[in-house]
Amino acid sequence: MTERIIDKTAAALAEDIREGRLTSVEVTRAFLDRIAAVDGEIKAFTTVDAEGALAQAAEVDAKLKAGEELSPLAGVPIAVKDLFVTKGLRTTASSKMLEEWIPPYDGTIVERVRAAGLPILGKTNLDEFAMGSSTEYSAFGATKNPWDTDRIPGGSGGGSSAAVAAKMAPLALGTDTGGSIRQPGAVTGTFGGKPTYGSNSRYGVIAFSSSLDTPGPVTRTVLDGALLNEVISGHDPKDSTSIPQDVRPVADAAREGSGGDLSGVTLGVVKEFAEGSAQGAEPGVIEAYQAGVEQLVKLGATVKEISAPHFAYALPTYYLIAPSEASSNLARYDSVRYGLRVGDDGDNSLEQVMSKTREAGFGPEVKRRIILGTYALSAGYIDQFYGQAQKVRTLIKRDFEAAFAEVDALVSPTTPFIAFPFGSRTADPYQMYLSDLYTIPSNLYGGPAVSVPAGLSEGMPVGLQVMGPVMRDEVCYRVAAALESTQSPILAETAPEAEEA
Amino acid sequence: MTALNKYETAVKDYEPVLGLETHVELGTNTKMFCGCTTVFGAEPNTQTCPVCLGLPGALPVANKTAIESTILIGLALNCRIAEWTRFARKNYFYPDMPKNFQTSQYEEPLCEDGYVEVSVDGKPYRVEIERVHLEEDTGKSLHVGGSTGRIHGATESLLDYNRAGIPLVEIVTKPVPGAGALAPEVARAYVTELRDILRSLNVSDVRMEQGSMRCDVNLSLNKPGEEWGTRTETKNVNSLRSVERSVRYEIRRQSALLDKGEKIHQETRHFQEATGETSPGRSKETATDYRYFPEPDLAVMEPSREWVESLRERLPELPSKRRARLQEEWGLSEKEMDSVNNAGALDLIGATVSAGAAPQSAVKWWLGELSRRANEAGLELDAMSVTPAQVAELQGMVDEGRLNDKLARQVIDGVLAGEGGPAEVASARGLEVVSDTGALEKAVDEAIAANAEVAEKIRGGAHQAAGVLIGQVMKATKGQADAKAVRELIIAKLS
Amino acid sequence: MSTISRAEVAHLAHLARLEVTEEELDAFAGQLDVILESMKTLSEVDTDGVPPTSQAVPLVNVFREDQPQPSLQRDDVLAGAPDSAEDRFRVPQILSEEE
Repeated sequence: MTERIIDKTAAALAEDIREGRLTSVEVTRAFLDRIAAVDGEIKAFTTVDAEGALAQAAEVDAKLKAGEELSPLAGVPIAVKDLFVTKGLRTTASSKMLEEWIPPYDGTIVERVRAAGLPILGKTNLDEFAMGSSTEYSAFGATKNPWDTDRIPGGSGGGSSAAVAAKMAPLALGTDTGGSIRQPGAVTGTFGGKPTYGSNSRYGVIAFSSSLDTPGPVTRTVLDGALLNEVISGHDPKDSTSIPQDVRPVADAAREGSGGDLSGVTLGVVKEFAEGSAQGAEPGVIEAYQAGVEQLVKLGATVKEISAPHFAYALPTYYLIAPSEASSNLARYDSVRYGLRVGDDGDNSLEQVMSKTREAGFGPEVKRRIILGTYALSAGYIDQFYGQAQKVRTLIKRDFEAAFAEVDALVSPTTPFIAFPFGSRTADPYQMYLSDLYTIPSNLYGGPAVSVPAGLSEGMPVGLQVMGPVMRDEVCYRVAAALESTQSPILAETAPEAEEA
Repeated sequence: MTALNKYETAVKDYEPVLGLETHVELGTNTKMFCGCTTVFGAEPNTQTCPVCLGLPGALPVANKTAIESTILIGLALNCRIAEWTRFARKNYFYPDMPKNFQTSQYEEPLCEDGYVEVSVDGKPYRVEIERVHLEEDTGKSLHVGGSTGRIHGATESLLDYNRAGIPLVEIVTKPVPGAGALAPEVARAYVTELRDILRSLNVSDVRMEQGSMRCDVNLSLNKPGEEWGTRTETKNVNSLRSVERSVRYEIRRQSALLDKGEKIHQETRHFQEATGETSPGRSKETATDYRYFPEPDLAVMEPSREWVESLRERLPELPSKRRARLQEEWGLSEKEMDSVNNAGALDLIGATVSAGAAPQSAVKWWLGELSRRANEAGLELDAMSVTPAQVAELQGMVDEGRLNDKLARQVIDGVLAGEGGPAEVASARGLEVVSDTGALEKAVDEAIAANAEVAEKIRGGAHQAAGVLIGQVMKATKGQADAKAVRELIIAKLS
Repeated sequence: MSTISRAEVAHLAHLARLEVTEEELDAFAGQLDVILESMKTLSEVDTDGVPPTSQAVPLVNVFREDQPQPSLQRDDVLAGAPDSAEDRFRVPQILSEEE
C-alpha cells in the first residue's frame, strides 16, 4: 500500500512541500477530505474552514514557487483548539456562551502559525472553557476516541488529540492547565507537549486559569511536536508573563533522542506517585509505563527513586487555584459586549439578563468551578485558600528543584487510567479530577512536561510522561523521542483506522 | 426628610472627622494596560481594543509612564514608595467594567504614608495620606428613557468603553479630625492643593468638570471627647465648591439626626450640584464582597531605589515651596496668600507679574474686580475670558496715566465681552484719559469760572475744596481725565 | 450532609451572577465540600515564611512604553455585540447595584 498523504508525519510533509513533491494545496485538501470522511463519527472539529485553509495553502505554494524562504513547517496544515482566538473564524471555547462569536483579532500563537505558512483546517472540540478531562463537557457534544468510539478522547483537548490520532490533521494546537494536552495525548496514542509556563504566549488564548494555562503542540511524533513548538514559542510583549528568553532548540533534541542513546541521562521516578497509584492507577497502565521505563534503561538511562513529598498536595492545590482564577476570568461573559444574551424582553433588568445568560450559557462543570472559585475567593478565605495554595505551590516547586539537582528529568505514567467509557466518570467530579493526578504537578511548578505513547493496555494507548526543569524543554523531547524510537512500530501497527464514511 | 441644623450650632455641638478619596485620571498617551489612545471627547468606542474591551484571550501589559506618574505623585505627597508591589483584581459585576473585575491594587499599593500641608485662614493643617494606588477607569454609560438621563427610571443604557482602562490614581487620606468649623474649607483646601500638586507634576489635566479628577468625601460627627461616629461617603463631588458645600451639608444633616437620637447609616450618598444636598444611593447588597486576589496576568513590581531617586530628581518646584517663595517676593501676609491660593489665583497672579505688572496691582485686580465678576458669572477665576497678559497690559495703561480706575473697569467690560485686548478696547470705545492739555485747561478754566466761591477758598489754602472742581472737570471730560492731573492743574492755577 | 448551606450557595451564585436552579443548589452544596476538603488538607502544610508562586520564572517590572497602538475599527468592536445603538453597546435597564 502506498503511503497516503495523511499517513505522513508533519516533518515529512514539510519536506515534500519544500522539495516540490507535493503542494500545500494537495496536502491540505487530503486532510480536508479525511475530515469530511471521518469527522462525522469522531466529531473532533467544532468548525472546519476548508475555504480559508485552501486559500492559505495556495498562498504558501505561491510563495514557495517564488523562492521565498519559509518556516520549516510551511505548507503543513494544522488544527487549532477552539480556545485559541482566530480572527474572522468562529471561536467558541465549546460553550454556548460563545456559540456565534467571530473574533476581531488573532492571538499571538495563531499569528505565528499563520506567518509560518500553516493553513488552519479548523477549530477543535474541547471541554467547555477547557474544564474537564474527557470533552464530555463540550456544549456541542463529546468527541470520540478514534481507538474506540465508545470511549473518551481525553480532555480538555480531546478534539485536537482525536484529530491527530484519526489523521484528520498532522499537527494541532492545545492548551494545558492541569494536563489538557498530555492526558488526551496519552489516551489517544499521540504526542502532547506542555512547554515551560511563560515560554508560549497566552495572548489570544481564552483564559481558564491564568497562572497555569500553557499552550503547546499536539502531534503524532515527538519531532513534529518539537518543530511546531519552535514555530509558536518565544517571547511575546503582549503577555506580561511571557519569559523574555528563547527556549532551547527542541527539534535538535528530538532528533538526538530518536538516535536511541540515553547514556548519561538520569531519570527520576517519584516515590509518592507510586504510592498514590495504589489508590487509582490501573495495573495495565502501570505495566505499560514500567515497560517504557525498562526501554529507557536499555537505551542507557539511569533510573533513581526521588521523593517529592508535596506532590501529594498537588490535586487540592490545583482545585483551589484553578477555579479561583477561572471564576474571575469567566466573569466577562455577561451578555454585554459579545456572546450569548438571554432574557432581554424589556422587563428584565440587566442583572437578571446577566444571570439568566450565564445560567443558560455555561454548562454544569463550568458553573461548578465558578461557584467553587467564588467561594474560595470570598471574604475572609483568600489567605486560607488561594494564598495558602500559592504557597504550597512553592513547596511543590522546591520538590521539583530538589529532584532536578539529582536527575535530568522525572518520568511517570501520564494518567492513571486508559480512556474510559463515556459517562463513567461524570457523576462524581472527583473521579474525573483524578485523571490529572500525574500531570498537575508540572503545571503548578511551571516546568515542561510531555506525554509520549508507551504501549497499550487493554488495546488502548498508554502515555509516559517526562517532566523537565524550567526552560529545559529539550530534555523532555530528547527522552520522549528515545522512547518513541522503541515504541512507534507497535503503535503504528495497532493504530486505529477510522472508517471513512 | 430631616430638617437641617444651622451650621453654626452643628459645629458647636459636634466635631467633624473628614476623609477624602480622590480619583485622578493620568494624562498618559495610552491606556493603563493597552496601547489605545486616551483623547477626551472622541467618538464612542473608537478608542478600544481587545484588551480594554475585555475580549476573550486578551491580556494586559502595564504602562510604564503611568507607573512613573504614580510614583511621582507619591513622592510629591511625601509617601514611602513600595519596594515590592503588585496589582490585584477587584471582582464585581458592572456593565461599564469590561472584564467584570477592575485591575487595581489591594494590600500592596505603590505609595503609602504621606501627607499634604494646607493652610486655611493662616492656620496650617496636615492631611495625612494613607495610600496612593493605581487602577484602571471604567467605561461610560448613557441612560436612555428616564426623565432625567439618570440611571433611575431609565429603560436601557448605552455603553462607551473609550474611558475604560485609562489609568486612574486613587489618593486616600487618613481620617482628618480637628478641623472643627473649618472642615469644609480644609476639605476644599486639601483638594485644591492636591490639584495644584498634580498640575505642577504635569501628570494629569486635573479637570474636575471633565471628570479627570473626582472626589468622594467621607464625613462623620462625634460629640467632643467621644469616639468617632459612623461615616457617610458622598460621591459625585465634582468641583472644589462642591467639596466645601457637601461637607457643610453633611455636617448640618448628620447633626440634626444625631440631635434627635437617630443613628447615622454607613452609606454611600450622592451630591446634587443643583441643590447642594446629598441624597442616599440605592444599595441592594449590604456588604460588597470584592473577592480581591493578586492579578495573575501581570508581573509584580519592584521599583528600584535608583529609579525612584531618578524620579525624585524630576520633581518640579512643588506648590507649597513656590507659594512660600512668591509670598516673599510679592510681600504678602499669610492671610493674603491664603486668599490668593484659595481663590485659585496664584498662577494667574504669577503670570500677570511675569507679564510686567507689579505684584500688588496683580493681586488687586485678580482678588478684587475680577473675583467679583467671576462670582457674579458663577465661574472659576481661570475660566474668565481675560488673560494675565491683558491684565498686565491694563495695569500698564493705568501706570502710564492713560487710564484711570473707572476707565480701566470699562476696558475690562470690553475685554470680557470679547472685543479684544485692553488697548484695542480703549481705542475702539474711546476710553483714553484726556491728556490734551489744551482741552483740559479749558475745562479747568470753565470750572473755576463757574464756581468762583470755591475757587476763592482754594486760593485761601483750602485745597480739600478742589474735589468739587475736579468733579466738574471729570463730568465735562466724560470721566476721561486723570483726576490727579486735574487736581494738580487746579491748584497750580489757583496758587 | 454537606457542610455548606443552600443559602450560602445561593449567595455565591448571586455573587457570580448565576441564576441557579433548586437542583443545582443542592448539587453544588454537596460538591463544594471538595474545596473544603482541599482546604483542610492544605491547612496541614506548614507554609510559614514560604513565598507564593504563580510563575515558573518569576518576572518583575514588565512594562510597556506609553506608545499608542491602533485601536480596533468600531464596526468590528460592535459586530459581536448582542445589541447596539448609537455606536454604543445597548443593555437593558441597569438596576443600581453599585450606586
